[in-house]
Amino acid sequence: MIEWFDSNLVSILNGFAIGSLLFILAVGLSIVFGMMDVLNLAHGALFLVGAYLAWSLLSDGATWGGFLAALGIAALVGLLAGGVLSVMTEPLARRPILDQALLTLGVSLVVAEVLSIVYGNDALSVGAPPGLAESVSFLGRSYPAYRLALIGVGLVLAVVVYVVVERTSVGALVRASVADREMVSAMGIDNRKVKVAVLGIGSMLATVAGVLGAPVYGARPGLDDTILILALVVVVIGGLGSVKGAFVGAMVIGQVESLGRAVLPDLASFILFGTLALVLVLRPRGLFGPRKLAGT
Amino acid sequence: MTAPLLSLSGVSRHFGALKAVDDVTLDVPTGARHALIGPNGAGKSTLFKLVTGSMPVSAGTVSLAGTDVTGLPEHARARLGISQTLQHSSLFTTQTVEQNVLLAAQRRHGSRASLVPRRQAAARERVDGLLADVGLEHRRGSPVADLSHGERRQLEVAVALACEPRLLLLDEPAAGMSPAESARLVELVRALSETVTVVIVEHDLDVVFALARSVTVLHLGRVLLTGTPEQVRASDAVQEAYLGTGRESLFTDTAGPAALGVS
Amino acid sequence: MESIVADTAATGGRRGGGRRPSSLLRAVPAVVVLVLLVAAPFVLAPFATTVLGRILVFALFAVSLDLLVGVTGLPSLGHAAYFGVGAYTAGIVAIEVTSEGLVLVLVAGLAGAVAAAATGWLAVRSSGVFFLMLTLAVGEIVYQLTTTLDSVTGGSNGLYGIPAVRVGGTALTLAGYVYWFVLAVFVLGFTALWLVSRSPVGGALRGIRDNEPRMRSLGYSPFRYKYVAFVIAGAVAGVAGGLFAVQVRLVTPTEAGFTTGALALLAVILGGAGSLWGPVLGAAVVVLVRDALGPTLEGHGPLVLGIVFVLAVYLLPRGFAGLAGISAAVQRRRAASRRTP
Repeated sequence: MIEWFDSNLVSILNGFAIGSLLFILAVGLSIVFGMMDVLNLAHGALFLVGAYLAWSLLSDGATWGGFLAALGIAALVGLLAGGVLSVMTEPLARRPILDQALLTLGVSLVVAEVLSIVYGNDALSVGAPPGLAESVSFLGRSYPAYRLALIGVGLVLAVVVYVVVERTSVGALVRASVADREMVSAMGIDNRKVKVAVLGIGSMLATVAGVLGAPVYGARPGLDDTILILALVVVVIGGLGSVKGAFVGAMVIGQVESLGRAVLPDLASFILFGTLALVLVLRPRGLFGPRKLAGT
Repeated sequence: MTAPLLSLSGVSRHFGALKAVDDVTLDVPTGARHALIGPNGAGKSTLFKLVTGSMPVSAGTVSLAGTDVTGLPEHARARLGISQTLQHSSLFTTQTVEQNVLLAAQRRHGSRASLVPRRQAAARERVDGLLADVGLEHRRGSPVADLSHGERRQLEVAVALACEPRLLLLDEPAAGMSPAESARLVELVRALSETVTVVIVEHDLDVVFALARSVTVLHLGRVLLTGTPEQVRASDAVQEAYLGTGRESLFTDTAGPAALGVS
Repeated sequence: MESIVADTAATGGRRGGGRRPSSLLRAVPAVVVLVLLVAAPFVLAPFATTVLGRILVFALFAVSLDLLVGVTGLPSLGHAAYFGVGAYTAGIVAIEVTSEGLVLVLVAGLAGAVAAAATGWLAVRSSGVFFLMLTLAVGEIVYQLTTTLDSVTGGSNGLYGIPAVRVGGTALTLAGYVYWFVLAVFVLGFTALWLVSRSPVGGALRGIRDNEPRMRSLGYSPFRYKYVAFVIAGAVAGVAGGLFAVQVRLVTPTEAGFTTGALALLAVILGGAGSLWGPVLGAAVVVLVRDALGPTLEGHGPLVLGIVFVLAVYLLPRGFAGLAGISAAVQRRRAASRRTP
C-alpha cells in the first residue's frame, strides 16, 4: 500500500494541483449557476483569455512583476467580461434557460476564435515565476514547486470563499438566493445588481484561474473546452451553488484526471463518466446540492 | 356500503416546525359532493397535493377505493382515477384548447403510446363533447395564450374531466370566473354522473353550498368539523375560526342556497 | 366576431385539429422541395452536389436534435456524441465487415440508440440547467473516448480508408449516386421524426415541454416519454452519423465533439425549434457558412458562426419558422375570413 502510494505520489500531487485549479474555476461557475440560473459556457473561454494573458506578459522571461501584473489585469478583464455578460444576458432573463446558455456559447466561440487569430494555433508554454520554477524535494520525490504553490493557493482560496459564503452577510445573501430566488427580490435587493456582481466575480475567478494554470497547462486552442467540461463535471458532482461541493468535486475530479490517467490510462474517460454517473445515481442533485429541484 | 372512495387516515404534512396538514382523517364516499373550506392557510391546497401525490405525506395513509395509494407516485394515482384542477392555472400554454383536452382524453380514449399519427376518433369526439359542456366549443382552435382568465378555468375543468376520473378534485375552480361562468360550472358539476366523486375547495361559498352535500372545515391544518352544509353554517366553532382570521363576512353575507341565483 | 377569434388563433402559429382540405395543399411545398432535391445532381456541379449532401446529413442530425430541444424541451448540448458513435460504427463496419449501405445505416442507427439508451436514463432524470450540463459532460466524455481509443478509432488522426458505400453489391463511386443514397435515407429519417412528432406520443412530448407537472397529474410518466424521445433522437443522430461516414469516408473525433453539437443547436435555433423543417434550413446555413465561407476566412468560420449564434438568440427567438409563422398566419387569416359568412 505504502509502496503504491509512494510510486504514485507525483500523480496524487498533480491531482491536488489540478483539483485546486478546478476549484477556482468551478466555484465561480457554480455560484453564478446556483444563484442566477445562468449556465455560463464562456467560462472556459475566459480561462483561456487568462492563460494567453499570462503568456503575453511572461513569454520574455517569467518575472514576479509580470506574473502579478498578469493576475491583476486578468482580474480586471474578468470583472469587465462578467459585467458585459450580465448585460448581454439580461434581455434573455425571461426566455428559456437554453437561450442564455446559447448566448454564452456564441460568445465563447467568438472569443476562442479571436484568440486563435491573435495567438495562432500552436500550443504555447508559460514559465513559472522565479523561485517556483524549480523542482523541490517533497516526501522524497522531486516535484515542481509551482504546483505545490498552486495547491496552497487553492486551499487558501477555498477557506476564504467558504468563510465569506458561510459567515458573512454577503454570503447569507448568496445562500438565500441559491435556495430561493424569489426571496432575494422580496428582501428588496435589486436582482440585476446582484447578477452583475456575481457574474463579475465568477468571471474574474475564471480569468485568474487561467493565469494560475498557465505554467501548468500553457495556452492552446481547445483548452477552453477541456477545462469547461471538467469544471462542469465538478459542479454537477458537487451540487449547484455549493462551495463545499465545488471543493470536494474538484478534488475528486483532480484525482480522476491525474491518478486515474496514470493508473488506468485507457479507462480515464470511463472513470470520469463513471464517477459522474455514480454520484448522480446516488444523489441526483449532486453531493451537496440544495434540496430544491435543479432547474425548472 | 362498500369502502369509501377516498379515505384519509392520520394524514399529516410538516414543513419543519409548521404543520400545514395535521392528522387529518376523512372518508369521502363514492358519489359524494364534498367541499373543503377554511380560512386561508388552513391547509386545503396542501391536502389536495397529498391526495394527488404531488407532495409526499409526512405521516398517515391515503386510500382510494380501499387500496392504499400512499406509496404511489402522482402519475400512477392519476391512472387509478384521481383528476384535478389546480388553484393556479396549469395548462399547456403553447397549444390549442383542443390539444389541451386531447392530451388528457387520449390517455383513456386513444392510443397515447402510439409513435405514428392516429385519428383518435373516439378521443376527439369526447373532446368535442367536453368543450361543448364547458362552453368552449367556439374556441377549440385557439391557443391557450389567447384565452381569458375565466375561459382558462373552464378549460381546466374540461381537461380534468377528460381523464374520466373517479375522484375529481377541484381547487378553487370558480376563482376569477364571472357569475355566469360559475353558474355554468355549478351546472356542469351537478350534471356529472354519480360514479364521479367530487371534492371541491372553494372560497365562493355560493358555489360551495350550491354543490356540496357534505362539508369539511379545515383550520390550521386540522379538521374542525365535518357535516352537512346546515350543520356547518350553524356551528359556533366554524364561525369562530373565520372570525379569528377576519373573514366573518363570508358567513354573514350568505343567506343560503335560496339566494344563489343559480339558474 | 367569429373572424376575430379565428385571427387570434392563427397568429399563435400553431394549428388546430385536422382541416382536411388544406392538409393536401400543405403537402405541396414539401413535394416541390423533394422533386428539386432529387433533380439537383442533374443541374449542380459534383462539388455542389456533395455540399448539398453534407447539408442533408447535417440537417438530419439537426432535426433529430429538434425532437429533443424543440418538441420535448430537452436542450441537449451533447447530442453530437450519438452522431459520432453512429459515424464511427458505420466507418468500422464498412472497413471490417461490409460497406452495404443499408447495413451501415442500420448499425449506425442501432449504435446511436444503444449509446443514447445507456447514457440517456441518467440525463433524462434531471431537468433544466442540470440537463444541459449533464449532456455536455456525457458528450465530451464520448469525444475523449474517440481520441484515446486509438486502436479502434484511429485516435486524433481519425478513421480513414472507409470504402465506397455499396447498394445491392454495387459500389457507388459517383457523387450523384452517393447523394441520392443520402437523400433517400434523409427522407426516411425526416419522415420518421415527423410521424413521431405528429403522433399521440409527440403530443405528450409537447405537453411535457409545456408543463411537466400537469402531465404527471394527467397520469403520464414524463420520464418514460422523455427517455423514449432521447433514444429515438439518438438513433436518428446515429443514422445521420452513418450517412456522414458514407459521404465523407473519413471520421474524426471532431464529429463527436462539442462544436458539432453546438452547431446543430445553432441550426435548430436558427431554423426555429420544434418545427422540424426549420432546422433543415438552419443546417443549410450552418454548413454553407462553415464549408463554403470558412476557407475564405482562413479557417475562422467559427468566428462567423459565433456571431450568427449571438445574433440569432437576440433577433430570431423563433427562428426561420417563426418568420414563416407570420406569413402562414396571414394566409390562414384570409382563409378564415373566407370561411365565415
